[in-house]
Amino acid sequence: MNYIGEHLLPGQLGHFFIVLALVSALVATISYFKATNTRDLSDERSWKKLGRIAFGINAFSILSVFALLVYIMATHKFEYYYAWNHTSRDMNPEYLLAAFWEGQEGSFLLWSFWYVVIGLYFIARKTKWEAPIMSVIAIAQICLATMVMGLYIGDTMIGSNPFLLVREKFADAPVFARADYLNLPQMQDGQGLNQLLQNYWMVIHPPVLFLGFAASIIPFAYAIAGLWKKDYGTWTREALPYSLFAAGILGLGIMMGAAWAYESLTFGGYWAWDPVENASLVPWLILVAGVHTQVIFNATGHSLRTTYLFFILGFIMVVFSTFLTRSGVLGDSSVHSFTDLGMNTQLLLFLLIFTIPSLALYLVRYKQIPHIAREEETSSREFWMFIGSLVLFLSAMVITWQNSFNPIYNKITGQSTAAPEDVEFSYNKIQIFVAIVIGLLTAFAQYLKYKKSGNGWLKKFVLPTVITAAICVIYSLVSGLDYDKKGIGFQIAIYLAFVAAVYALVANAIYIWSGLNGKLKAAGGSITHIGFALSLVGILISASNRKVLSFNTTGINLKWDERSKEKPLENLTLIKGVPTDMGDYMATFVNADSTNSNGNISYYRIDMMRKDSAENFTLYPNLIRNTKGMEGFSNNPDSKHYWNRDIFSYITYAADMDNRDDTAQFKRYTVNVKDTVYYSNGFFTLNNVVPNPNNKKYQFQPTDTALMADITVFSKEGTRFTAQPVFYVEGNEARYIVDTVFAQNIAIAFSRVLENQKIELQVKESNRMVPFIALKVYEFPHINLLWAGIIIMTMGFGVSMVYRRKQGRLKAINKI
Amino acid sequence: MKKTHIIILIFIAVAIAVLISFMGDLTTYDTVASARQKEGKFVHLIAKLDKSQPVEYDPITNPNYMRFVAVDTLGNSTPVIYHNAKPTDFEKSERLVLKGSMKDGTFECDEMLMKCPSKYKEDVEANKNNLSSN
Repeated sequence: MNYIGEHLLPGQLGHFFIVLALVSALVATISYFKATNTRDLSDERSWKKLGRIAFGINAFSILSVFALLVYIMATHKFEYYYAWNHTSRDMNPEYLLAAFWEGQEGSFLLWSFWYVVIGLYFIARKTKWEAPIMSVIAIAQICLATMVMGLYIGDTMIGSNPFLLVREKFADAPVFARADYLNLPQMQDGQGLNQLLQNYWMVIHPPVLFLGFAASIIPFAYAIAGLWKKDYGTWTREALPYSLFAAGILGLGIMMGAAWAYESLTFGGYWAWDPVENASLVPWLILVAGVHTQVIFNATGHSLRTTYLFFILGFIMVVFSTFLTRSGVLGDSSVHSFTDLGMNTQLLLFLLIFTIPSLALYLVRYKQIPHIAREEETSSREFWMFIGSLVLFLSAMVITWQNSFNPIYNKITGQSTAAPEDVEFSYNKIQIFVAIVIGLLTAFAQYLKYKKSGNGWLKKFVLPTVITAAICVIYSLVSGLDYDKKGIGFQIAIYLAFVAAVYALVANAIYIWSGLNGKLKAAGGSITHIGFALSLVGILISASNRKVLSFNTTGINLKWDERSKEKPLENLTLIKGVPTDMGDYMATFVNADSTNSNGNISYYRIDMMRKDSAENFTLYPNLIRNTKGMEGFSNNPDSKHYWNRDIFSYITYAADMDNRDDTAQFKRYTVNVKDTVYYSNGFFTLNNVVPNPNNKKYQFQPTDTALMADITVFSKEGTRFTAQPVFYVEGNEARYIVDTVFAQNIAIAFSRVLENQKIELQVKESNRMVPFIALKVYEFPHINLLWAGIIIMTMGFGVSMVYRRKQGRLKAINKI
Repeated sequence: MKKTHIIILIFIAVAIAVLISFMGDLTTYDTVASARQKEGKFVHLIAKLDKSQPVEYDPITNPNYMRFVAVDTLGNSTPVIYHNAKPTDFEKSERLVLKGSMKDGTFECDEMLMKCPSKYKEDVEANKNNLSSN
């Protein structure tokens, strides 16, 4: 059939470039392989040249694929599944890139894009390690190209093609029987980008994270190159800036994800030990361990074997995390892993292609890797740095085990083990001790000298110790760390970790002056440590002292379930316009009138007023109508930021979320005084009828014609309420005022006066009586320390990179 | 023996001890029947919302109490009490992972994970239905 109106050219071009990318990556791999292995210089040169050309073609192909896919999405070519599934016409164009990496294919392309950048950089650098490094990168490019291949061999799908058409994806859908299916309404617009991803963090977090993932191949490739060429110890100086870059960027990328989670997810925080978060944290920990052993080797000649191991495993863990998060094995345990695309075998192969040869090479060459038989002095810096690296590495291994044991064990044995009862605590109770050890080591190791330290350092260490002690004592007296839910042991551990983190912070800050004479350019390490320690302090304070403000202690006649008392009753019901007591604040739900331009986000205005200082601010937690053809809403938090704390709020329930119409009808009852009427949750009695009432609620004059029914409502729970509907005459017309008992969801109207002292009452029961929301509000104290710490840490990595690069060059020149 | 080796051995011993204690904390995925047998024990119950039964949730009265009936793949069902706000899109969930324990024939749920056709995971089938139904 000839379909009308399809634009097939971009897709055909795109797929052609994917195939070209694969072929050119293969050629580049072979050429660079040959260039590495040959001993003949002219041979090497010509193979290298071929490799460069092939990688150039690969780079051009990947960039073209990228551009074509962006073009298809930006111009709303909804015949393409990727555009149809991830974008829509009303989507803000600034989120186009977020939509690009919403799908697996786009994120693989992003990854591949960074390899292009890294590869071109190493070709331009003309390092002597170009051939082996580029071989490794080219192999990675082969693997990534197959991920977006979309070829069927027999029944096996190899990769998933981003240029697939909707009609190819859903070949059996009846709409494609029509040649003009593109004119159908359902093809006029796409499914849109998941609302939670329509956030500026989602535009920048994935590229930074993937740059970190991609950059972790550089130290890996250098390590492989060293083993391959049997030139074991000369790459480490040259590679140090790159391993610093990889660790710095990966850390930044991870924490950008944490910032996004904090801002737009309702985990109630920035870190939830979710398997996907863990999977990216593990390579970071190993890379940081590797950076430290690399520095040790550069300074002393120790720890080269460990450096190899860490850099090889660091990258393998990146690929492993890809396998975990994309294969669907995490299934039930993670909220945000990708769905199973049916590429498990392929992902496993990707993992094995890198794991088996690199570990085999490492083991075969292990004995040849130079090492110093004499042991490090206990008073040396390298000894304690090595211990620290080891702790980081073991911490990474423990997290990996906790993270992947269940899915893998269950898959193999068919058992049904599941995560522990308190998942976060199962990680926290281990990592808190890692934090203590790492904090202490970070504090004092820099004061030691390489090889051997005298006792002089102890004197220098007095000042930081005194300051730390002072800070900790003052903080404990003023605020303290308020986390006793897990018992006294864990609380002590939190305090110890706090002391260790403050120690690290203070000691490193002072070291910049006492050890480095204030030379900031050379202080990259100390700056990084300060940032890390500050983040740790921020995490410990904000997580331990996090306060729930929205404890439901209101007087809206709540009926509590008896067993619910021990549960976290963290949702406060706010009725529109009624100021409600919320700890230090009075909270008022004002309205839900404002929306964004598309009308799919409703902002709920909550006025918060401090009781003691009458300080006012307004929160706008919002509800976002889901896209992707789903009904319902996602809740999106809003925070008030102070320098020393955040007030964090999100809506857990809003009456109009269900968007059901109020279909309840008034029922009529004819009653006499003292008569009783039953409703679903109790009954009410008409006490008497008062003419021309004049009270707080109504101000009728004796000359008016008004009657008020005085009613007492008795709920099943035994609570009593008063209802006072009014019937009156104005300008010869009968009118009535309905009175509503919100807590019982009933409205009572006094609609007519009948004969024989009887009156007619109308009763409506509905759960849609009044606009209200249930709100959850947290206070995160000192969370800004965390964000500031991350920024300082990233800057520290940058300073180190520049310094080490200069140092590497100087050494290279000195050698000549 | 070098002191580094001793320290490595100590660390590895600690790590193994830690992991063993972690294994002790592991729980299980269960069905209604097997959760009933382990009354009072913390389990992950995998079930579905029984849509033929009403979901009781009245946030004006108590925003932290909901009650519904969950049915597992074997067809057994149990009432569930959840002391928290009703999650968005609860009625549309396709699968529930309920964390909690069975008490007197009622499942007391502390935490639940919903598998919705939306949120992070994109459900191709849901999108496909969209394609055909409009």
